Amino acid sequence: MSNNTTGLSGPTRLQPPNNCQNLRRLDRFLRYNYLRGAFKPACNISITFTDGKNRKQVPVKKDNGQMVMNPLFHSQETIAGNVCIEPYQGKKVEHNGVKVELLGQIEMYFDRGNFYDFTSLVRELDVPGEIYENKAYPFEFPTVEMPYETYNGVNVRLRYLIMFVFGIISETILNFASFVFVIFRYVLKVTVTRGYAGSIVEYQDFVVRNYSPLPPINNSIKMEVGIEDCLHIEFEYNKSKYHLKDVILGKVYFLLVRIKIKNMDLEIRRRESTGAGANTHVETETLAKFELMDGAPVRGESIPVRLFLTPYDLTPTHKNINNKFSVKYYLNLVLVDEEDRRYFKQQEITLYRLKDESS
Amino acid sequence: MRRLAGVEDEEKWLAEGIAGIQHTAFFMHRALDANNLREVLKYSALMLSELRTSKLSPQKYYDLYMRAFDELRQLEVFFKDESRHGLPVVDLYELVQHAGNILPRMYLLCTVGSVYIKSKQAPSKDVLKDLVEMCRGVQHPIRGLFLRSYLAQVSRDKLPEIGSEYEGDANTVMDAVEFVLQNFTEMNKLWVRIQHQGPGTVREKQEKERNELRDLVGKNLHVLGQIEGVDLEMYKETVLPRVLEQVVNCKDELAQYYLMECIIQVFPDEYHLQTLETLLAACTQLMVGGLSDLSVLPLTILPTVDTKIVLTQLMDRLSNYAASSPDVLHEFLQVEAFAKLSNAIGKVIDTQIEMPIVGAMTLFVSLLTFTLRVHPDRLDYVDQILGACVVKLSSVPKLEDARAMKQVVALLSAPLEKYNDIVTALTLSNYPRVMDHLDDGTNKVMAMLIIQSIMKNNSCISTADKVEVLFELIKGLIKDLDGTDTEELDEEDFQEEQNSVARLIHMLDNEEPEEMLKIICVVRKHLMTGGTRRLPFTVPPLVFSALRLVRQLDSQGGDITGEEVSATPRKIFQILNQTIEVLSSVPCPELALRLYLQCAEAASDCDLEPAAYEFFTQAFILYEEEIADSKAQVTAIHLIIGTLQRINVFGVENRDTLTHKATGYSARLLKKPDQCRAVYACSHLFWVDDIDGIKDGERALLCLRRALRIANAAQQMSNATRGSSGPVTLFVEILNKYIYFYEKGNPHITPSDIQSLIELINTEMQSDDNGNRRTHSDPFFTSTLRYIRFQKQKGGLIGDKYDLIKL
Repeated sequence: MSNNTTGLSGPTRLQPPNNCQNLRRLDRFLRYNYLRGAFKPACNISITFTDGKNRKQVPVKKDNGQMVMNPLFHSQETIAGNVCIEPYQGKKVEHNGVKVELLGQIEMYFDRGNFYDFTSLVRELDVPGEIYENKAYPFEFPTVEMPYETYNGVNVRLRYLIMFVFGIISETILNFASFVFVIFRYVLKVTVTRGYAGSIVEYQDFVVRNYSPLPPINNSIKMEVGIEDCLHIEFEYNKSKYHLKDVILGKVYFLLVRIKIKNMDLEIRRRESTGAGANTHVETETLAKFELMDGAPVRGESIPVRLFLTPYDLTPTHKNINNKFSVKYYLNLVLVDEEDRRYFKQQEITLYRLKDESS
Repeated sequence: MRRLAGVEDEEKWLAEGIAGIQHTAFFMHRALDANNLREVLKYSALMLSELRTSKLSPQKYYDLYMRAFDELRQLEVFFKDESRHGLPVVDLYELVQHAGNILPRMYLLCTVGSVYIKSKQAPSKDVLKDLVEMCRGVQHPIRGLFLRSYLAQVSRDKLPEIGSEYEGDANTVMDAVEFVLQNFTEMNKLWVRIQHQGPGTVREKQEKERNELRDLVGKNLHVLGQIEGVDLEMYKETVLPRVLEQVVNCKDELAQYYLMECIIQVFPDEYHLQTLETLLAACTQLMVGGLSDLSVLPLTILPTVDTKIVLTQLMDRLSNYAASSPDVLHEFLQVEAFAKLSNAIGKVIDTQIEMPIVGAMTLFVSLLTFTLRVHPDRLDYVDQILGACVVKLSSVPKLEDARAMKQVVALLSAPLEKYNDIVTALTLSNYPRVMDHLDDGTNKVMAMLIIQSIMKNNSCISTADKVEVLFELIKGLIKDLDGTDTEELDEEDFQEEQNSVARLIHMLDNEEPEEMLKIICVVRKHLMTGGTRRLPFTVPPLVFSALRLVRQLDSQGGDITGEEVSATPRKIFQILNQTIEVLSSVPCPELALRLYLQCAEAASDCDLEPAAYEFFTQAFILYEEEIADSKAQVTAIHLIIGTLQRINVFGVENRDTLTHKATGYSARLLKKPDQCRAVYACSHLFWVDDIDGIKDGERALLCLRRALRIANAAQQMSNATRGSSGPVTLFVEILNKYIYFYEKGNPHITPSDIQSLIELINTEMQSDDNGNRRTHSDPFFTSTLRYIRFQKQKGGLIGDKYDLIKL
């Protein structure tokens, strides 16, 4: 679903702001991903990308839990397109200028509603004047440095967006029903600046994903752990760095088993930490729970590990993004005994996005 | 948790499980119909999750498993058809591995794996290897066993064995073997592990449950046995060592016993033969582990691995194999099967002190059976086995176990049956030593068996040495053994035994008189120890055997009689005399008398007058001194008369003495009719119808007259005592004698004598008008008269003679 089509169907779906209490309607707002703040919007703004038809779209989970498809970009790509302003029948749009901004934003859990722009590029599209008829502005951000990926986490959301500003900024809508604690996004923001009437703003989210090269050093993880006279195991994962469609291979070797083990699981855990110093906030989430073994092994038994990462919603590891947050992944090997006691060992792994993936 | 549950609970849980499977299977079918892969995977995984239960006993779990198994078949059909789910099978193979729970994941993986192999998009060996490796994740014994048995089942027709479509450059039969071996190893480990689960109190139940599961494990060996292309080399180098390693190392009695049994049953005989050493080495290593377990659970008495059964089975199989075709025998020789088996058994017996004697014996029997089948020509092997047996038997106190005894009997009978010839058995030096260890009863049974074997096969024992051995073997029958309570013996059995011995004596024969004499001496020596109860049975055959020798010597004539030859009739008669003498003291005078008479006759045939005379003397002495019973006397005197009549060796003087004695005794019999008959019988002593026979007609007539007198007296006595007529029969009998002698030409018998006798009889019959008597004597008399008339009519020389008799 592209914004072009939503833009065209705009008039029939236009809702006055005082209806914002109506959640159903609010949903619709969010679904179409465009924000309208004006009581009487004078125009419809749509943003299209030059290669919008061919560009890959990836699903992104919105605040309300719905999936939308957003175009995908990579760092160093040129982001170009058109901004189309269509005044409604018989209306003219007076403005003090039209600009498009490319923003990289972070929104934090503890600082909700406040987007911190870590990237901001501006293109002035028009000098102050009036728009009577449909008008298209091409824009281009050549070779944009977008070092961070879009990230929707428990704590962080990072987004890039292109934003139009048109009259009243109504970003407060984001505060409704937002369950995401951290947003890291890229967005294009188009702003039609007006004086007293307030600016008209339009946003277009897009997704940034960055590929990493194959890590030059990728050692296996091998470790012997245990509880004295109780349980000794040695486990091995074939690598310490996995790409997102990788498969974790390894084995768990039982050196000593004196407890009655019921089963053994391998968990993938994600740890988001935001803030710094005293403000550091850490959230850990178990993304995968994969049973490796059923029943009690005996000494000398070696249990194979083979975990495909594909089915899980993973992102690359992020280290200290803009001094704001980090995302780390851990493999947690958990042994559960018959009294449901858990014995575990957690090992950090690095996740990265490999180039030759399909997404 | 399960252990505490009752049967009802289990039923309930099973029902729940089945219901769960049915429920999810319904949704799975719907998804299958809709070709919705995602839903299919979701519901099939859900369905398979029912198998994750720990609450069921193996039996019940099997029920549940079978339900799921049926559903998996449909799933497989779906996976096979790419057009239905739209994924290449390789992707499918990955996709099913996304399942979070291992058990459903593995069942699905196995199912897809089998489709994967079938599609030939990957080398079957790789897929198989992957599957068998990944199954390691299920360590729960029962769940793991069933999972792996599922794997074995779906992969059975996809192994890259020779001739299979899955065999190719990269996939060799070795891969198939490797796969099955690994699966087997893992299954066995799981199976063995069941015993370590749960408390010891339910151990018995657990063992029972384990037993129910054993076929799941054994199935793998079965498959191994069936894989096409496992040649001897591979079997020897790979299959057997790996399997045995597992068997030995699992240190579990149940498993070891069952698996050894499997190995022996599923692989071909010739493989066993060629790998005998390995196999036997493993056998001797069993058990060792079993003992250590005992210490863990001292309260439970564990059955130790029955090595003997395992070995026995092995040997039985090899024996049958050897018996199946003579062509394979050289293979046995090649691998020195006997030596290896023998060694192994020795080792087993030595190391397993606690093995009951019956076990050791069973082993020996099997080994012996094997030897007899494979090396029928190697008596030394047989002897060796018996020797080992003796050693074992000597190490224990007197054998009392009835079963062990039975085994020993079997051990001893085997050579008899095989060789059908006791002679062979007699050359086995250890044979008697084994017999020594039997108790008396069994010893007798065994002796009987030996005799029966001889009888059945009509084998002739022809040297004194062998006879010596043989009698040593059957001494239980020959004499009372120490401590035997003779009272307990059943009379019928005893007779049966002794009759057998008697029959046996007849089987001892040698053409060579010298040797035969030796045999007789040996037999005599043994028999003489038999005691009073046995002698009456055993002496007669011995005597007759000796007499046969005598006659043989006699028929050969005197030309063989040299100075140094001991086998002379004279010598034999001396022996006989001594032998029978013993018998007379038993006391068994009638029998002794008969034997004396037999000997006398034989001596007479040999022209040994003194010997014959001596025998007669002995007979008469017996008659006089020992035979008191009047009936016995009658019989004896008739025997004496009969024998004497036939003997023609005596000179006049001796003969007179003897005949005189005989006549004298005849006349002194108690009852008149007996006297009468004996006396007229004596008449034959004087008239032998022979060319050179004695023809003393006068004395014959005298005898007849005397008989008539006695008959008369008898009749008078009868009249006096009972008032009825006497025995006309006697007269008729005497008449017949008259007629006989007349016919034979005794000049002293005249027609008038006969006529007067006939008249006399007629008168007697008339004088007594008693109907009974008349009818009784009538037929005999009438037929006598008819005979006379007939002879008259016949004419000729005899007819002329008879014509003189007027009727």
